Amino acid sequence: MSNADMISAFVNRQSFIELDARERAQSLMDSGSWRELVGPFDRIESPWLPAQGIAPQSDDGCVVLKGTVAGEAVVVIALEGGFQAGSMGEVSGAKMSTALDLAAQDSQNGTKTTAILLLETGGVRLQEANLGLAVVAEVMASMLALRRHAPIITVIAGTVGCFGGMSLAAGLSSYLVMTREARLGLNGPEVIEQESGLEEFDSSDHALVWAIDGGEQRVAMGVADELVLDDVQSIAAAVRRYVAAGLPPVHRSEQFEIYRKRTAALDTSSQIDPLTLRDSWNGKTAIGGAQ
Amino acid sequence: MEHLKFDYPSATRRVANKAHVGVVGSGELEVLMQPDVTGTAHVSILTSVTGFSSSWKAVLDRFFSKFDGAVRIDINDAGATPGAVMLRLEQAVEVIEQ
Repeated sequence: MSNADMISAFVNRQSFIELDARERAQSLMDSGSWRELVGPFDRIESPWLPAQGIAPQSDDGCVVLKGTVAGEAVVVIALEGGFQAGSMGEVSGAKMSTALDLAAQDSQNGTKTTAILLLETGGVRLQEANLGLAVVAEVMASMLALRRHAPIITVIAGTVGCFGGMSLAAGLSSYLVMTREARLGLNGPEVIEQESGLEEFDSSDHALVWAIDGGEQRVAMGVADELVLDDVQSIAAAVRRYVAAGLPPVHRSEQFEIYRKRTAALDTSSQIDPLTLRDSWNGKTAIGGAQ
Repeated sequence: MEHLKFDYPSATRRVANKAHVGVVGSGELEVLMQPDVTGTAHVSILTSVTGFSSSWKAVLDRFFSKFDGAVRIDINDAGATPGAVMLRLEQAVEVIEQ
């Protein structure tokens, strides 16, 4: 793509990031095919937040839509990054894992149901403590059960990104799609700075943060499959492609031996810069996805 | 944390649809609007900011001076300004009257 084409594509795009969770989910599905499960008017809110002086949300920041993508049955589960940084509480986690379990059940009964996860999340909701930790484990168990039958396509669009326990969940996906604005990491930059000091990681240095956690780096290392523009059409097209591709021959997370060897082979005697890491990691050969 | 309730007995026009707008982000709120089973309007607000009951009443009084729908309104609020509250209420009306 020439520079002129890139600029016009960028200017004329319809931003995906600017949509809220429900609009994001709808924008990927066949028009009018969706129905929402446990929606806002069901009022299943977090019982723990008001007790701590925090306003809850009527969908607990987790939107579950059942419908189709290019005629194929899907369930889209979108986390709302604007509410408590998309954190996983008892309710939002239960919604996500139950939706995944139902997709697995449908898939086993002959209606293959692909799951599409739109993750904008800081991970466990600290206000819900052990319940938050427990639901992340449940979500991961449900993902492992579903991906034996149908693919799980995860989109991290930004700008919250995907951190904490939910980054592990993202790692279990069949396919992982990111934008340049998105970030993926286990410990968030602020957490690393707080625990290990400013010398270790300066979370205010955005260029550094994105060079390590950003979508471009994650895709270049092969821990994510595809880098897409922050554009509804581009993201919807990528999702349609992966829905059509079906299950990958092998999931990325099943290739842990390869990653273990790569980690062991890294020379950590001096600071590795992100571009060198791409080369030495030699990512592209081990992805589980469609490439 | 404060739970506020307001009633508008003169708002009796029947409405058919429901609307959900907004996200409970910092300085933001969500509004759930739906037909009220009692035939008049009732507002229930859960807000993380205490001590602004009179501001809420002023905003809602003004809103119901122009809107007469018999709606049940539920609001979860994370510190929205009165202007933002009014915009979200008007947005919800736009959705139910589409």
